[in-house]
Amino acid sequence: MKRLAIYLMCRRDTPELAEAAVEGGADLVELGFPFSDPLADGPVVRAAAERALAEGMRTRACLDCLARTRERVDVPLVPMTYASLLEAYGWDRFEADARSAGADSLIVADLPVDAHEELRRVQLVAPTSAGERIRLAAERTEGWLYLVTVTGTTGARDDLSPTLAGLVERVRALTDVPLHAGFGISTPAQARAAAELTDGVVVGSAALLAAEGGPDALRDYVASLRSALDATVAV
Amino acid sequence: MLTYGEYGGRYVPETLIPALDELEAGWRAALADDAFRAELHHLLTTYAGRPTPLTLADRFAPGKRLYLKREDLLHTGAHKLNNALGQGVLARRLGKRRIVAETGAGQHGVATATVCARFGLDCVVYMGAEDMRRQRPNVERMHLLGAEVRPVDFGTKTLKEATSEAIRDWITNVQTTHYLIGSCVGPHPYPELVAELQSVIGREAREQVLAAEGRLPDAVVACVGGGSNAIGIFSGFVDDEVRLVGVEAAGAASLGTGRPAVLHGARSSVLADEDGQVLDTHSISAGLDYPGVGPEHAHLRDTGRAEYVGATDDEALGAAHRLARTEGILPALEPAHALAHSLELGEELVVVCLSGRGDKDLAHLA
Repeated sequence: MKRLAIYLMCRRDTPELAEAAVEGGADLVELGFPFSDPLADGPVVRAAAERALAEGMRTRACLDCLARTRERVDVPLVPMTYASLLEAYGWDRFEADARSAGADSLIVADLPVDAHEELRRVQLVAPTSAGERIRLAAERTEGWLYLVTVTGTTGARDDLSPTLAGLVERVRALTDVPLHAGFGISTPAQARAAAELTDGVVVGSAALLAAEGGPDALRDYVASLRSALDATVAV
Repeated sequence: MLTYGEYGGRYVPETLIPALDELEAGWRAALADDAFRAELHHLLTTYAGRPTPLTLADRFAPGKRLYLKREDLLHTGAHKLNNALGQGVLARRLGKRRIVAETGAGQHGVATATVCARFGLDCVVYMGAEDMRRQRPNVERMHLLGAEVRPVDFGTKTLKEATSEAIRDWITNVQTTHYLIGSCVGPHPYPELVAELQSVIGREAREQVLAAEGRLPDAVVACVGGGSNAIGIFSGFVDDEVRLVGVEAAGAASLGTGRPAVLHGARSSVLADEDGQVLDTHSISAGLDYPGVGPEHAHLRDTGRAEYVGATDDEALGAAHRLARTEGILPALEPAHALAHSLELGEELVVVCLSGRGDKDLAHLA
């Protein structure tokens, strides 16, 4: 079965939204810990981060949000954030506190594979990544490898990136770790097309937009992605 | 891998790492290539107007031997062109036909637009909407030079957000585009590359002050936003017994009151809160209105080799008016911060980097 990861920003109502996403068929929830200057993110995630910060969602509040989400769902939870938060909180302490609050791993969007090797996390590879760095990322990643489908920031695109197929081929030649494709995937058709090449997909910006309509709207949206993934032919 | 003691490094999405590797390799090859150095030297002398003079300002600072390094006389009106020309030649060597840049006061945007016009490259400049309002003449200059100026209309609407948007553009168009960063900030190798291209200021100033006075200055003073004019002039004196003083805007004192944090690809001293969230800054000078600073400055501060102080908006305005009335030189608001502090120094022989001219600031100065 193809895996479906849904990204939500840590806010007051996030535990309830995460539960709805899981009911809709999410296998994993990424929880955004907002940063003031998120270089890897497009307008939707950036605006969600601005709103979360304005509501006071600082690191401790996000860890609390993670713990409250953990109480409601059983799927893996993975905080996704930026290096400045870990720098301020303490790298080891951040990892320890996140894991004891229920995190299964971490994603740090502005931390390349050769920085802070000691921090166990999900590594990202991009269409620009070449052999040696892909090998390193696969070796060091925790659980699965995050394939960035586009050269660009997070956010919906009209079409699935044509670079994904080539990237999957390059990565598959080097490793057997599960591959999840993310960035630019918003529609069930795109999710299905990406999942036909990989082990699963990550949907962020479009999930945040759906979540603005509340838990029911998010559940329905995630269910539409789930159906599309379940219709993929096994590869 | 940190570059300057505890500071520097590459805190960027993985997408950019191959481009930074390519840039670093291209930069090392260029530095080792006499043809690159000759081309840059030719452009700096026949197009940009180097060397710039060293002017004694004895009516501005009676009782002192205070010299101004006249980067305001460089083509386009500020030191930014030294860097833009160097990176322009480098971008051409790397086969990049599209340039993106950020700008605060607009001086770096104008310098970049100028180089792109001269070399026939496409040019996109990101500028905060607030800065476009307060530095209108430079927006018009960029348009005349054929650049596209893209307003950044979120967050502080100033240099911090403009820099983030320029980096996002670069992530998106990395195969075709060179990011022509304007200061000694950003991921490795940018801080080092910009410092090298601005070191011409320090080399000239050292020779000129020796020729004029027969000795090295007691102190060298420069304003610090990101810190490129300061790192450029400091580099000429860093191995000598010369006091190095950087002057920040009091409302944007990244070195004075900042803490270690990660911003725009590097670990440095940043105005950030205890959670690592970057704070808003407030300065009358758009070029200093930035919560980060080059990592080399953070290192020079920690090692004690350079010291960093603040000047207020009013002190800078006062110094700008005084220089205009006593020397007939209208400085930009950014180096006016350095001028203000230079009068408070006890040293007799002082060199101040006059990094740009004040035409862009008439709305504040007049």
